[in-house]
This record gives sequence, C-alpha cells and structure tokens, in this order.
Amino acid sequence: MSSQDIPEENLPAEQDAHGAVGVADDKDPFADPGLPPHEHRVQDIDERAAKRSERVVAMLFTLSMLATIGFIAAYVGVPHDKAIYVFPIGHINALNFSLGLTLGVALFSIGAGAVHWARTLMSDVEMVDERHPIEAPPEVRAKVMDDWKQGAKESVIGRRKLIRNTMLGALTLVPLAGVVLLRDLGPLPGTKLRHTMWRKGLQLVNMNTNEPLRPEDVAVGSLTFAKPEGLEEHDEEFQTEIAKAALMIVRIQPDNIKDKRELEWSHEGIVAYSKICTHVGCPISLYEQQTHHVLCPCHQSTFDLSDGARVIFGPAGHALPQLRIGVNEEGYLEALGDFEEPVGPAFWERG
Amino acid sequence: MKKLSARRRHPLAALVVLLLALAATGGLYAAFAPADKAQADETAQSLTIEEGKKLYAVGCASCHGTGAQGTTDGPSLVGVGAAAVDFQVGTGRMPAQQPGAQVPRKKVIYTQAEIDQLAAYISSLGAGPAVPTKNQYSPEGADIAKGGELFRTNCAQCHNFTGKGGALTHGKFAPSLEGVDPKHIYEAMQTGPQNMPSFPDTTLSEQNKKDIIAYLDAVNGDDTESPGGLELGGLGPVSEGLFAWVFGLGGLIAIAVWLAARTAKAKKS
Repeated sequence: MSSQDIPEENLPAEQDAHGAVGVADDKDPFADPGLPPHEHRVQDIDERAAKRSERVVAMLFTLSMLATIGFIAAYVGVPHDKAIYVFPIGHINALNFSLGLTLGVALFSIGAGAVHWARTLMSDVEMVDERHPIEAPPEVRAKVMDDWKQGAKESVIGRRKLIRNTMLGALTLVPLAGVVLLRDLGPLPGTKLRHTMWRKGLQLVNMNTNEPLRPEDVAVGSLTFAKPEGLEEHDEEFQTEIAKAALMIVRIQPDNIKDKRELEWSHEGIVAYSKICTHVGCPISLYEQQTHHVLCPCHQSTFDLSDGARVIFGPAGHALPQLRIGVNEEGYLEALGDFEEPVGPAFWERG
Repeated sequence: MKKLSARRRHPLAALVVLLLALAATGGLYAAFAPADKAQADETAQSLTIEEGKKLYAVGCASCHGTGAQGTTDGPSLVGVGAAAVDFQVGTGRMPAQQPGAQVPRKKVIYTQAEIDQLAAYISSLGAGPAVPTKNQYSPEGADIAKGGELFRTNCAQCHNFTGKGGALTHGKFAPSLEGVDPKHIYEAMQTGPQNMPSFPDTTLSEQNKKDIIAYLDAVNGDDTESPGGLELGGLGPVSEGLFAWVFGLGGLIAIAVWLAARTAKAKKS
C-alpha cells in the first residue's frame, strides 16, 4: 500500500523538523543538522494494515509451532533407514531430511516473525539519549573516602601491626588449599611420553590379519601396519598403547637405503617406523613406494623413508623414530628394543 | 581254443593279430595319455605368448626395452606378473601417452584378448601375481564392515574415506575409486601400480581384499544412497566448509541487505 491510498484525515499532521537545530553558516560551519522529521509507517496510520501485520506475525509463530510438532512427529514416525529422492539434493535419508526441514522452518519462522513484528508494529520513533559521565558525583566520592578512613581508624589496623600482618598471611595462604587440590586432576605423566609398549623380543603383528609377520611376507614396495604382540583391539588400554606403538612396515632394496643406521636397524631392507607424525601426532601413512616418501595428511610433512625418515618438507621438526627389528628363532619379525627417542610430537624436554 | 589254434596259420591270421594289436595300443594310448590335451594347451599357450610378444614389440618395447628389461623411460617388467599388465593396460594407463608425474586412466585401446596375450608374454618372463578370477574379487559373501575397517587402516589415508581420491606430492594423486572394475581394484592392491604401495596376499589376505571391494561397492557403488544428501564431492571439510561459507554466510548477508534496503515507511523517499 502506498501513501496515495491513505485517506487524507488519517495522515499525521505535518511535523516540525524537531531535531533540526540549525544549518551551517559562517559562524558555525559544522552545525548539528539533527534528526530528519519522523515519518510514519503504513501500520502507524492504517489500523487495517496493522491488523494484517499482526496476523502475519502470528501466522509465522504458529508455523513455527506446527514445525516443532512436525519435528517431534518425524522423530517418532519416520524410519531411520528410509531413503527418498528430493529434487535438487538427490537421494537423502528421509529422517535426516524431515528433521532438518522441520527444525529449520521452526527456527526461521520465529526469527522472521520477530523481524516483521519489530519492523511494522513496534515503535520506531527516533529518540536522542545524550551521553553522561559515568563517575559518581564529587560529594558521594568524598563521603565514601571519609567512611573508608573512619572505618580504618576504628578497626585499629594501623596501630595493631601484629593483627594486620597475621591477617595478610592468612589471606595469602588460604588460596593454596585450592591450588593443592588441583593435584587430583590426574596422575603425573611420569616417563609415559618416552616409552612405548615395544620391548626386546616382542613380535610384530600384522594389523590386517592379526598374525605375526615373517620377513618373506613383506614384499618390496608393499606397505603394512603392525602392532605389538599381545595388544588386542578389545583391550582396555588398546587406544592408549596403539597411539604410541603403531608401526609402518615397508621393504626397501638394501642398496637404496642411504642412511647407515637405518640399514643396520632393518632386517634385509625391512624397516619399521613409527606411524605417528612428529609434528602434532597425526597417523602418517601416505606412502609413495617409488620415491619412498611418506606424507602426513594433516600438514603435508614429508619424510624420506630411504634416508632415516629425514624431514624433507613441512612443519615436522624431527625424523620419524625407527624401531630396531630382527628375526626370532621361529622366523618371525621381532623388536630388538623400544624406540630410542620419544615417538610423536616434540615436547619441551625431549632429549 | 583248439579252433583258434588250428587257424593260426591262416593267411589272414597275421592281419587279425595286427588289427587287434593296433586297437589295443590305440585304446591304451587314448586311456592313459592325458598329456595329449596338455600338449595342445601348451601349443595354444605358446601361440598366445608369441602373439603377446608381437604386440609388445609394437606397443611397449620403445619404453620398456625389447626384452622388457626396462629403460630410462620405463621400468623392467620381468616378474611384475599378468595382474599388473591386466591392470595397467586394462585401465588404459598403458601405453602411456606422455611422460609426467603420473600416468592417468584413459580410454582402453587394446581388446581384452590382446591384453591377455600381452599378460601371457609378460608372465612368461618371470613369475608374478596372476589375474584374479571372478570368484576372488566378486563382493559376494564378503564382510562389508570388516572391509570398511581394513579400508580405513590401509587405503583411506590416500584414497579418502569413501574412495574419492586425494592429492599427493608434485602433481601425483590417488585416483578416485568410483566406477573402477572390482578386478582392477584387486589387481591394484596386489601389484601396487606406480606410486601406490602393494598389499600382497601375505599381508592383506584374499578375503581381506574381497571385504575391501565389498565396502567400496557399498559406499561408492552405482546404487549407493548417501544418507546426508548432497555429497559435495565427498572430499570432507574443504568442500563442506566452502559450501557453508559461501552459501550459508552469503545467504545470511543477502537477507540482511534485503531487509535493510526495504524501508517500512509509508512515504517512499
């Protein structure tokens, strides 16, 4: 509805420019132009329009209520494994779609109703609220200072030093009780960060088959993941232990191994490296078998497995720790000790 | 007996004996000589190898050398096995079009019969993994959940959680596994083409491979239904975040601009 349709008697009287205190002139080139004259909305002058706005807002709020009831009904009624086809999205789980749609409508209708209410029916008269200092008046401040001095004098704290000093001591020590309780947040880490489950004689078990690995199982160019013997997935400590003990086994032609220590710690070219990135501990296993590079998926740190797992790119600060391996009497691969250095991300006291 | 004995000097006796002896020899030979079939097979096999050798000389020898011993342009093919040939040629990767970071999948230019001949020639040069049978790679009777676990342990780091592929270094990439023949997936695991490490039967058993193929078929097959609707490429947080920033935040900004641009006043200024 435009202003032309409004009956003449309903239009408000022409208003003064109540904020317009002046215009810029020679004397005051930056005069405050004040607020423009207030203009009315259709709803302010036409009760029918206001009624209509009220109905729209109420309808949006009602729609929200219905959508919420629809959400509950969908949660109860729609089977969780049913798929439907919805045009621009394609195939989608019916429950996900109905829950998302109803909750979305319920929330959006509340917002849209509130915005329409504020724009059309709530008062939109411009108001000026001048700033004022936030400090207390000088007489109140003087009174408070006087009271403070009076109190200090009456408590004799300035005269009886023993009381003052012991009180300060007591107040200083009391928070220590709370600090000491923080000790109960958990056990101290001890040397956990420096040790893994690996020790001399522990067999390397293939994560896929749960069988101990033999050297002839590991072909050149293959990639295998291993865990220590005796660690099973249903063990309570499995996640804690595998997070440090996970191994990546690759076989490289001994002639292609550039690092002397790596060759010495391998078994006929089979090398076992920690699978935990030394940057922030992501499982690292994007292995390129022709280049012998292994990449971390998180921040693209790249290690050269044919050269002592040296870092050749990315934010990692240390080479991957290598596990020294050999073969036991039964012909299975076994560890010849724990990792020499802590696995995973560097920490401040790392040796 | 007397009758027979009396006629032993009959002029036709020699002929009868000869016929009997011939029949016995022929019958015995037919009964005890299965080597006959093998002989024929071997001839067919050597013919296949011969054909393969001819195809090899035309299509492959320029890079891999006349005896498949490898050159600076291509690796040695001795001992790679029939499975590697079937994968590389069967997916169109070989013959390579141009040198580069990685040889991509493209249109297959040999027929399956020619690929088999090439594979027979290459596997005659040195023992290697054979082409898997349908029984080995068909996803029937496999454990999909176990396959998912194995996929996430061994494959997902490069190929993404549902096999949509991902980037590697210097222009190399792990290709998407969508629409790849189960046979080729099996062969790739077994032989480790290009920079992919291999997963031989000794470390990833035949049943494990079957499970992985069944998992891929379940999450990435033709009739897979995504419970989340729009997949946005299935690439994870990058495309999903981009969508949320562009369309989610963009939509909110558009609504805010639209609201502020429309005045509620009766007189339009």
